[in-house]
Amino acid sequence: MVSLVLVSHSVKLGEGLAEILHQMTQGDCKIAVAAGIDDAENPIGTDAVRIMSAIEYVYSPDGVVVLVDLGSAILSAETAIDLLDPEMARHVVISYAPLVEGAFAAAVSASGGDNLATVLAEADSAAELKRQQEHN
Amino acid sequence: MIGKTQILRWLENCRQAMNEQRDYLTQLDTEIGDGDHGLNMQRGFSKAAEKVATVADKDIGTVLKTVGMTLLSQVGGASGPLYGTFFIKGSQSAVGKEKVSTEELISLLKNGVEGIISRGRAELGDKTMCDVWLPVIAELEANKNQPEVPLLESAVKKAEESVTATIPLVAKKGRASYLGERSAGHADPGATSSMLIIKALADAVKGE
Repeated sequence: MVSLVLVSHSVKLGEGLAEILHQMTQGDCKIAVAAGIDDAENPIGTDAVRIMSAIEYVYSPDGVVVLVDLGSAILSAETAIDLLDPEMARHVVISYAPLVEGAFAAAVSASGGDNLATVLAEADSAAELKRQQEHN
Repeated sequence: MIGKTQILRWLENCRQAMNEQRDYLTQLDTEIGDGDHGLNMQRGFSKAAEKVATVADKDIGTVLKTVGMTLLSQVGGASGPLYGTFFIKGSQSAVGKEKVSTEELISLLKNGVEGIISRGRAELGDKTMCDVWLPVIAELEANKNQPEVPLLESAVKKAEESVTATIPLVAKKGRASYLGERSAGHADPGATSSMLIIKALADAVKGE
């Protein structure tokens, strides 16, 4: 089963999102949070090494989708993948979807047993689904 | 030749410069970004100094790679992966070495800058740290036959001019790009911290 890594500048945002996803998936797919940095006074930020560890923690050969909030989260996630064993890195992709919508769609897709390409496509189309709801 | 003592002094000079210039970098970043650049750089290079102390007896490649890995993890903002990649890619030119020639130093910096470019995908004129690094590498290559001290002095001069040249630019990358035209009129914080890193290197080579 495809696993997910949630990357956010904020621990609260990352863990809060994981909480919503767990309620939906009932723990079917593995979800790790890599959020914030190791500085108690100024915890907002992203840490490429923390993201790398999170990917390794939930990794399976079925693949991992990394979902990111914004800015340095993207650069840190790309750097984290470069740090992985190349064989593992081949099965890890970044979704550029909006974090909440993308993670939700990816979690539903992954826990339904979809493959990596499908989970990524579901995440990427999630923002569009939300836009359609507005017009209904 | 640039020995490991000078490389260690470079890193210590970076730590000091980021401490001293923290508020200035933050002020620049408050104008056009999210206001965390000073603190991020100060934290990153302070942590890097702590880690370097544990590998100071190792080769230059190991020292610089340690700095890069620490910056990746400790900076927090986009400059973490960018400067982290700079030191990690640069370190590959100094594996197993206790000293580097001028030519090797230039190639170390150039490999690092190529790392920044492939990571950040910025181009000249996007109002980023690349607007300092690209002219500086060109300046170093043009003067590569000069002795180290004047060579690096000319690089610092070029870096300072390049920072000033970012003032009228409109940002195309990072948080500042959300501001569009409003990002013009301020020096780029990443360009400024890059200049500080180059100045720290020149001072170290001069023995300061």
